[in-house]
Amino acid sequence: MTTSPAEPRYDVAVLGAGPAGLAAAVAAASTGSRVALIDSASRPGGQFWRHRAGDDGTRQLHWDTFRALRDALERVEHLAGHTVWHAERTEQGFTLHTVNGGAASEVACRTLIVATGAYDRQLPFPGWTLPGVFTAGGAQALLKGHGVLPGQRIVVAGTGPFLLPVAAGLAEAGARVLGVFEAGTPARFTRHPVTALGKLGEAVGYLRTLRRHRVPYRMRSAVVAAHGEATVRAAGVASLDARWRIVPGSTRTLDCDAVAVGYGFTPQLEIPLQLGCATRLDVDGSLVTRVDGQQRGTVPGVYVAGEACGVGGAGLSLVEGELAGLHAGYTTTDTRLNRRHIDRLLRRRAALRSFAAAMHEAYPVRRGWLGWLAEDTVICRCEEVTASEVRRSIVDLGATDPRAVKLYVRPGMGLCQGRMCGYATSWLTAQHHGRGVRQDDLLGMSSRPIAQPVSLGALSGHADD
Amino acid sequence: MEVARTTADVLVVGAGMVGAACAYYCSAAGLRVTVLDRAAIAGGTTSACEGNILVSDKEPGAELELALLSNRLWAALGAELGAASVELHHKGGVVVAKSPEAAGGLATLTAEQRRHGIEAVDVAPDRLFELEPNLAPDITAGAHYPQDMQVQPMLATAELLRRARRHGASVHTGTTVVEFLRGSGGEITGVRTDAPDVPTISAGWVINAAGSWGGSLAELAAAPIPVLPRKGFVLVTEPLPPVIHHKVYTAEYVANVASDDAALQTSVVVESTRAGTVLIGASRERVGFDRSVSIPVLRMLARQAIGVFPFLSDVALLRSYLGFRPYCPDHLPVIGADHRAPGLVHACGHEGAGIGLAAGTGHLIAQLLTDREPDLDLAPFHPARFQEVTT
Ligand SMILES: Cc1cc2nc3c(=O)[nH]c(=O)nc-3n(C[C@H](O)[C@H](O)[C@H](O)COP(=O)(O)OP(=O)(O)OC[C@H]3O[C@@H](n4cnc5c(N)ncnc54)[C@H](O)[C@@H]3O)c2cc1C
Ligand SMILES: Cc1cc2nc3c(=O)[nH]c(=O)nc-3n(C[C@H](O)[C@H](O)[C@H](O)COP(=O)(O)OP(=O)(O)OC[C@H]3O[C@@H](n4cnc5c(N)ncnc54)[C@H](O)[C@@H]3O)c2cc1C
Repeated sequence: MTTSPAEPRYDVAVLGAGPAGLAAAVAAASTGSRVALIDSASRPGGQFWRHRAGDDGTRQLHWDTFRALRDALERVEHLAGHTVWHAERTEQGFTLHTVNGGAASEVACRTLIVATGAYDRQLPFPGWTLPGVFTAGGAQALLKGHGVLPGQRIVVAGTGPFLLPVAAGLAEAGARVLGVFEAGTPARFTRHPVTALGKLGEAVGYLRTLRRHRVPYRMRSAVVAAHGEATVRAAGVASLDARWRIVPGSTRTLDCDAVAVGYGFTPQLEIPLQLGCATRLDVDGSLVTRVDGQQRGTVPGVYVAGEACGVGGAGLSLVEGELAGLHAGYTTTDTRLNRRHIDRLLRRRAALRSFAAAMHEAYPVRRGWLGWLAEDTVICRCEEVTASEVRRSIVDLGATDPRAVKLYVRPGMGLCQGRMCGYATSWLTAQHHGRGVRQDDLLGMSSRPIAQPVSLGALSGHADD
Repeated sequence: MEVARTTADVLVVGAGMVGAACAYYCSAAGLRVTVLDRAAIAGGTTSACEGNILVSDKEPGAELELALLSNRLWAALGAELGAASVELHHKGGVVVAKSPEAAGGLATLTAEQRRHGIEAVDVAPDRLFELEPNLAPDITAGAHYPQDMQVQPMLATAELLRRARRHGASVHTGTTVVEFLRGSGGEITGVRTDAPDVPTISAGWVINAAGSWGGSLAELAAAPIPVLPRKGFVLVTEPLPPVIHHKVYTAEYVANVASDDAALQTSVVVESTRAGTVLIGASRERVGFDRSVSIPVLRMLARQAIGVFPFLSDVALLRSYLGFRPYCPDHLPVIGADHRAPGLVHACGHEGAGIGLAAGTGHLIAQLLTDREPDLDLAPFHPARFQEVTT
């Protein structure tokens, strides 16, 4: 705990300028609060509304909503290009330690709204570290953010509805998408009562796009190998049984120059964990922050909205962001809240959350994927730790949890700090001990006191002590 | 239902570096060993240190003797287990000084250390830059300690326990000692745990290798010893090509290690690991078991590291970690049988040197428990020294 001498400059700091953070910032500002919106990107929008300068939003969803939020940022101080590497509690609230280029600075606030989103969840398979193999979100970001296609002949694989917009986007931008290989069997999901609420419209639209571009959509199949020397040249696609084990003899090879793979999302929890917020295991097996009806985390003054408290899509993020922003704003300015509006938001949140839960239930990750791994398949690409080294640390060295695996053989100690390999290492360890992945497994791979790299010069150069 | 009763000659409580060394040497000496830890192997302070095996930071006295014994034993372990299996690296230490006072102090210390059997080589500035080409230009004096080594401490702990298992030892993780069992004469006969698969374990000897929690464990046996936590942070950079070849630290470090001051002290220690990351340690603070991250401490470490290696200014900090050194008021570990609780043997309180001193500690404990004459006089480490002070 440090003391900041003066009254914090902001009533509310919002971390992350995606749907949740934008909605939160605008809602908080509407209550008269002094609001800062912080994001490492140069433009607001997050992953969902990632765009280029001058983008007219033609291929974007709900662009009107984005424009309205962006225009409302007039009342918000937008600290673009600021990366928060550490958050700490102070007597009056919080201090966020940021870097902007090489320069370090601090943002002091009374309340904090964390809306840091999620990134692609990775399952390793032989060849997944070859150049040309992208995460589904990475491929989409390249396209949306830079107008660049990851390849000309692209295979899309993984699980979950997010594969559809990625494949549709790539096809619309002119790539030849050789297929969407969905490991699960989501047919049941489309018959699920909550999907009947009408939320399926988007998916149907994407499927239509795929059909127009003659992109096959195959269930119970997956990319189980990527081949190539310097870059990916082909993908091994196999049929899976209900437990995701490869159906013997079913593997065929598709020539391609890019593969985009995603098995759901991992929420980004560094900041809530640094502040001591409690977590839980969500339906999709992800570690998420616990929040209450007002989007409050378990640490006073910390609100969490969007994927950081559960993966549920942009619509849910907007609602959660608005709830967080209104409550944080009302608390710091002591204005009265509009109960009817709040109730409306809460009802919407409940409906969207049950939709998200049904979606997660329809797209679980099945344990058969562990069988796709070869002995020499890399699990941690930063430290080049293979599956057999991970297994050796468990069998020979007695690792009982993924943190112990990390301590003995280093998966998760490299540049990405376990963001990529934490999930897979947890699965490998749990499987060996005959159990499922637990919250503690993921927690042991998620504590990152330095949320984003900061140069030692920037850290030291600050002359305030 | 009858509860399965596990028996052992030696029950080691704590699967950190010290407990693993005790288990290794005891099982190699033919004793039946069981090891317990409430968490995972090497998950305690052993997972939060820098893994140095040092003689360079020792001043003449009992700890220096233990460090020299340990240094020889570690070299032998490296030869026996294969240096790669524990990432044992004979990298040597380099101590540097900027101010004339620090340089003078360093020269006095090296002379003293040489008299006590440490290889301490005074190094002229030009030769210093041959050893470490990237040092700051304003460094004026230095010393080279070829005996200093480094080991990957978590790996070494797991590897020693693997070897102990081969000698018949069993290891139970996720198992907390909740009570000591006593015989009719009040002697310790084993422990009760919170784990259903090993509810009780009886043993001829129970070794307290609970590190910073050794005080609480001793308390449970009604044989208190003053082991307290001294917090320390380490910074970890992005991986780099080999740019730092030794363990490099400033002459102020030795003074800080031996200090009684509770306030924050930082005297930087910089070195590379096998994976190319640079470790920057370490602060010393007495703030109890407070796990909060202190930015001013990280900042000070960064500043001091840049003072020794200016190129670090542009290098990215990837992460930091922190731990609690187990220290005793006189800065010596507690090694030996506790006569207040016959059957209880302490092996804890190694402060900032538990990795290095683990080898000697395990070796001496095995000698003690097999009725051999210990290679070192254990009197300075005896638990009774605290009672003598209080009475
Ligand atoms: C020779 C050597 C080589 C090394 N090589 C490398 C290397 O190549 N790369 C590298 O990055 N590092 C390296 N290290 C450093 C090593 O990584 C650290 O020892 C270790 O990783 C620190 O553990 P941690 O990352 O889990 O962080 P820590 O900060 O120690 O971990 C925090 C963990 O403690 C848990 N925790 C425990 N108790 C509590 C509590 N009471 N409250 C809250 N949380 C708690 C947290 O949940 C979390 O899991 C090396 C060290 C040595 C000595
Ligand atoms: C920042 C920092 C840097 C350091 N650098 C170095 C260095 O370079 N070289 C060096 O030699 N030393 C260094 N040290 C010191 C070194 O880390 C410790 O001295 C050493 O790890 C102690 O090992 P241990 O086995 O005694 O304790 P630990 O590793 O803490 O093991 C004790 C074990 O006991 C278990 N335990 C406790 N209570 C119970 C119970 N009731 N029941 C069951 N199990 C229990 C714990 O879970 C734990 O695993 C450093 C320390 C820090 C903090």
